[in-house]
Amino acid sequence: MLKTLVKLASAAVATALVASTALAQDKLKVGFVYVGPVSDHGWTYEHDLGRKAIEKAFPGRVETSFVENVPEGADAERVIAQLAQTGHGLIFTTSFGFMNPTLKVAERFPRVKFEHATGYKQTPNVATYAARFYEGRHVIGLIAGKMTKTGIVGYVASIPIPEVVSGVNAFTLALRSQRPDAQVKVVWVNSWYDPGKEAAAAKALLDQGADVIVQHTDSPAPVQQAEQRGAYAFGQASDMQRFGPKAHLTSIVDDWSGYYVARTKAALEKTWKSGDVWGGFDSGMVKLSSYNAAIPADVVAMAETARKEIIEKKRHPFTGPMKDQSGKEVLAAGKRLEDKDILTMNYFIEGVQGQIPK
Amino acid sequence: MSVDLIAAVITAMTLAATPLLLAAIGELVTEKAGVLNLGAEGMMLIGAVVGFGAASLSGSAAVGIAAALLAGMAMALLFALLALTLLANQVATGLALTILGVGLSALIGKPFVGTPLPRLPQLNVPGLSDLPFFGPVFFAHDFLVYASIAAVFGVHWFLEKSRWGLVLRAVGESHDSAHAIGYPVIAIRYAATIFGGAFAGLGGAFLSLAYTPMWAENMTAGRGWIALALVVFATWRPFRALAGAYIFGGVTIAQLHLQGHGFDVPSQFLSMLPYLATILVLALISRDATRIRLNTPACLGLPFKPAQ
Repeated sequence: MLKTLVKLASAAVATALVASTALAQDKLKVGFVYVGPVSDHGWTYEHDLGRKAIEKAFPGRVETSFVENVPEGADAERVIAQLAQTGHGLIFTTSFGFMNPTLKVAERFPRVKFEHATGYKQTPNVATYAARFYEGRHVIGLIAGKMTKTGIVGYVASIPIPEVVSGVNAFTLALRSQRPDAQVKVVWVNSWYDPGKEAAAAKALLDQGADVIVQHTDSPAPVQQAEQRGAYAFGQASDMQRFGPKAHLTSIVDDWSGYYVARTKAALEKTWKSGDVWGGFDSGMVKLSSYNAAIPADVVAMAETARKEIIEKKRHPFTGPMKDQSGKEVLAAGKRLEDKDILTMNYFIEGVQGQIPK
Repeated sequence: MSVDLIAAVITAMTLAATPLLLAAIGELVTEKAGVLNLGAEGMMLIGAVVGFGAASLSGSAAVGIAAALLAGMAMALLFALLALTLLANQVATGLALTILGVGLSALIGKPFVGTPLPRLPQLNVPGLSDLPFFGPVFFAHDFLVYASIAAVFGVHWFLEKSRWGLVLRAVGESHDSAHAIGYPVIAIRYAATIFGGAFAGLGGAFLSLAYTPMWAENMTAGRGWIALALVVFATWRPFRALAGAYIFGGVTIAQLHLQGHGFDVPSQFLSMLPYLATILVLALISRDATRIRLNTPACLGLPFKPAQ
């Protein structure tokens, strides 16, 4: 009896597999692996908007699916392999920790194309992509320099990795170009996502005299705290305006739609090639949401000019002179930091109060 | 440190401690009756999402709080059905309740993601809340903060001074004896479990309505587990649970302030500090092994099936 059942079940699975392979020949199946819930209103939410953009751009020609809340680790490999087995031709894995699982599965499925976000290892069928968030941090730093009265900015930081550290430094450098005596107080919450702790950190920073709050964590809790206390705040990853209509000056928005649509198009037209893309304002991967009316017109104009100059490569967020916390010069006047130095940044610059956990 | 900063730290500590205290005080009563419900995290999440949903649909914080209370009770009732009536293993059922709570709250919460909510109105005592220092520290909190403190006194009085408190403890110490004398063991355990669910629901509602007025998946971030640990380290005594919650909240806030001042200690260590400090203090104040044994409900987690 049991044997018959097992046979029946495996026959059903086989039929299902055949059916989906047959389907895959007509349509390109695009799979997504997310580290958080699509409803996080931050990182994963924006990736899912990218997935929807693909569906909209190629009606009838693609089929997308996603798996959310996938832990970084052994489970990830299973999920990615599952997508590859069920006829997906293009698979996006959208968290740094999916790097090794993606590479392993890619080796087993050489004909499936993989795209890994924020990683640094490529193979012929694994491409990587990331966004230059520090460009956004430069522009909000300029705005903060004009908006702060106390000269103290509170920074709610997540996990001490170069992406976050370079964000703090880009922000501080721009802030102090407008307000040379300004200080940035950094508090690490050691989590990407813990609304309660993010709120407590923002509260502590406001109590210490900060009147502008910046965050590199994913929940809108810091913006909410700033709203309650009549301070200003900048949102992260997606537009957080409705959590603090008065406080929210603007958000750095990650917009993956353009890249996702372009890569899907390449896969459909069989022109897909592995590579490494690090896009900023120029590619549309990094955007700023609408400016709060509280920002004076000349400050908005300054921010927009900076954004355009970054696109035209006339301006670089990391332009010397730049000194580290001990006052030692790390970048000479007029020099620009190279990409590899940004990608491995592990020191804070002058004007930052706080330590990088080692 | 200025007086204002001290007041700010104390206020923040109170807010951080309240959700822990609410969940812990409920679990304390549940465990005193001999029931080990490890589902606090799940019940808090359900309380948070239902409270938020009800408040945002009705526009009334009171409706939200009431709904969270009922939702927590419903979850606890489910646990009681499985563990007390059907005699399922309490540890496994509690864990399952947490997992269910995480998933179910995410499902219920879908339409409420990204919707803001006006903050819970604060109980400002006219005149008093304007006092320097004492005003913000004592008289300008949300209703649930006062409710949590009142609950500590209420539970202490109930367990130590009231007749039914004695019965509840008897059920937790020896359900066979309590049954032999003629007390309805199962009914009392149901009541204690549902009380625990109600307070876990309130703890969740405090997070989603007052602390960070929004719904976000998994927003309790492990606070239910901390509440469970507090009950054990407080050796099932309400005032020690109060102390534990405030030490935990206080050190959490203090470490954030230290970081903001550029204190040269790894932030991972500072993040660990609340756990360390709370365990240390509670272990020290309750280091008397005999008293721990006396305070531990002897029938904790054991199934009870009345002899026919």
